Amino acid sequence: MIQGLLDGLLVGSIVSLGAIGLTMVMHMLRFANFSHSELLSIGAYGALVFDRIFAALVPVAASSVGPLSLTWALFLAMIVAMALTGLSAIVIDKLVFKRIRETAGPLSMVFASFGVALIIRNVLALIFGLKPQLYSGDIAFAVTISTDPSLLVKPDQVFVFCAAVIIMLALHFVLSRTTFGYALRAVAENPALAQVAGVRLSTVIAMTWIIGGALAGAAGVFQALDNQVSPMIGSDFVLALFAAAIVGGIGSVYGAVLGGFVVGIASSLALVVLPPGYSPAMPFLIILAILFIRPNGIFGVER
Amino acid sequence: MSAPDIVLSIDHLVAGYVRDLPILRNVSLRLSEASVVVIIGPNGAGKSTLIKAVAGLVPVSDGAISLRGRDIGGIRSDQLARLGISYVPQTDNIFRTLTVRQNLLLVLRRSASGDKRLHELYTMFPPLAEKQRDSAGSLSGGQRQMLAIAMALATEPSVILMDEPSAGLSPKAASEVLTLARGLTERGVSILLVEQNVKQALAIADHCYILAEGRNQLDGPSEQLLSDPVVGEIYLGGKRMDPT
Repeated sequence: MIQGLLDGLLVGSIVSLGAIGLTMVMHMLRFANFSHSELLSIGAYGALVFDRIFAALVPVAASSVGPLSLTWALFLAMIVAMALTGLSAIVIDKLVFKRIRETAGPLSMVFASFGVALIIRNVLALIFGLKPQLYSGDIAFAVTISTDPSLLVKPDQVFVFCAAVIIMLALHFVLSRTTFGYALRAVAENPALAQVAGVRLSTVIAMTWIIGGALAGAAGVFQALDNQVSPMIGSDFVLALFAAAIVGGIGSVYGAVLGGFVVGIASSLALVVLPPGYSPAMPFLIILAILFIRPNGIFGVER
Repeated sequence: MSAPDIVLSIDHLVAGYVRDLPILRNVSLRLSEASVVVIIGPNGAGKSTLIKAVAGLVPVSDGAISLRGRDIGGIRSDQLARLGISYVPQTDNIFRTLTVRQNLLLVLRRSASGDKRLHELYTMFPPLAEKQRDSAGSLSGGQRQMLAIAMALATEPSVILMDEPSAGLSPKAASEVLTLARGLTERGVSILLVEQNVKQALAIADHCYILAEGRNQLDGPSEQLLSDPVVGEIYLGGKRMDPT
């Protein structure tokens, strides 16, 4: 049970990071972006490529950081991958969604997002192959964290959880302490009013794509660090991200964080009582339960 | 109204949300410095559309809008705010998820003397100072309108566009908000007001325009229209007047 909770916290931190950008874009641009989860894959593969490049250029950077399987090269690659994913998000918007936004309705954007998701997934598979890859061939041994020998956690998992929480705290600082953060929240709440308050909508939308993309990129790297790099990371996470956004309330960043942890913990705890095959159904059940009990989500406002 | 006093002028404006389906078909209006102009008319007359067109939120297909002689038609809303036009929408006119202070700082973020201005606004609106750390969504209706007006006033605009600021308020709060709007003219601000509360609006306004079916129907000094029995009939019953 406690092991399930620990695993859930880890998965939850990854889902939270991925869901933040999804909920912001969903609320701001009024469409469900089914290609958002593919940004996790772009981040994971981006880090894989830059990890190899940095390790080749600076061999000393290929050494592990303390007890982690994470190397300095991968750490730097993760930062570059976050920037790359943020950039990818805005390029996708400019090439696809912006054009549709100007000429068609939200439903067309939803369909387009399915297409974008398929394209990204298949392009990654074409370039890198379908075979899962690892950042490091080193085996990261799990260590016990209490007197109970069955409670195991890997140092990488502790790093992923702490890094995700630090990124979310940094985002919280931006949103709650800076006027740029107020502008982001204002546009998410009421784009027309934000405009008349002097906020340039196009700039804030671009920044939302970049921030949401970068966070999804980090989530992809964290997922791949704890598992494998695969073109299916995005499709594996798509439901969990939507469940997190819906549980928290569309448009609420803090809701997405809470929703991510709810989905992560519920999915992990489900493994305790249900056969493993039923675990992927958990986000579905959570979405249904929340829509039934509180249709606007925990932090969502009625519209 | 002599020409040099004119802050905002609207000439033969045609505008609407959908192309080729204008709501405003031919509206002209003048707003002089430090005055209140009220726009009244039956539902569907195009009052709110007019104010939104000036705020840059509704596409203008013909006619002209100028601020102190400068053509501002087609300028984005966020740029208009920097040019000195503020807009207070009828509903959803504050950011509920931000605190009172954050709402004001958002509007003041480009101001070099933001902190000083924030202090001035708190002095002007003491209830906002008391509630500065509270979520704006927790304010009462009257306090929300006060915050919306403070936000509009923050950038020291020359024109404030107000869309039914008394809507949904108690009679006392409505009266206070309209009196507050009138008081802003003492700071040199010109107010273009859309209001359903005809009597109270005419009482605080200098000039009144009556719209119907997207066109000017009548205009004149508020005092004159206040004593005109036909005005009430137009507003309440939608009686059409022959344009003169």
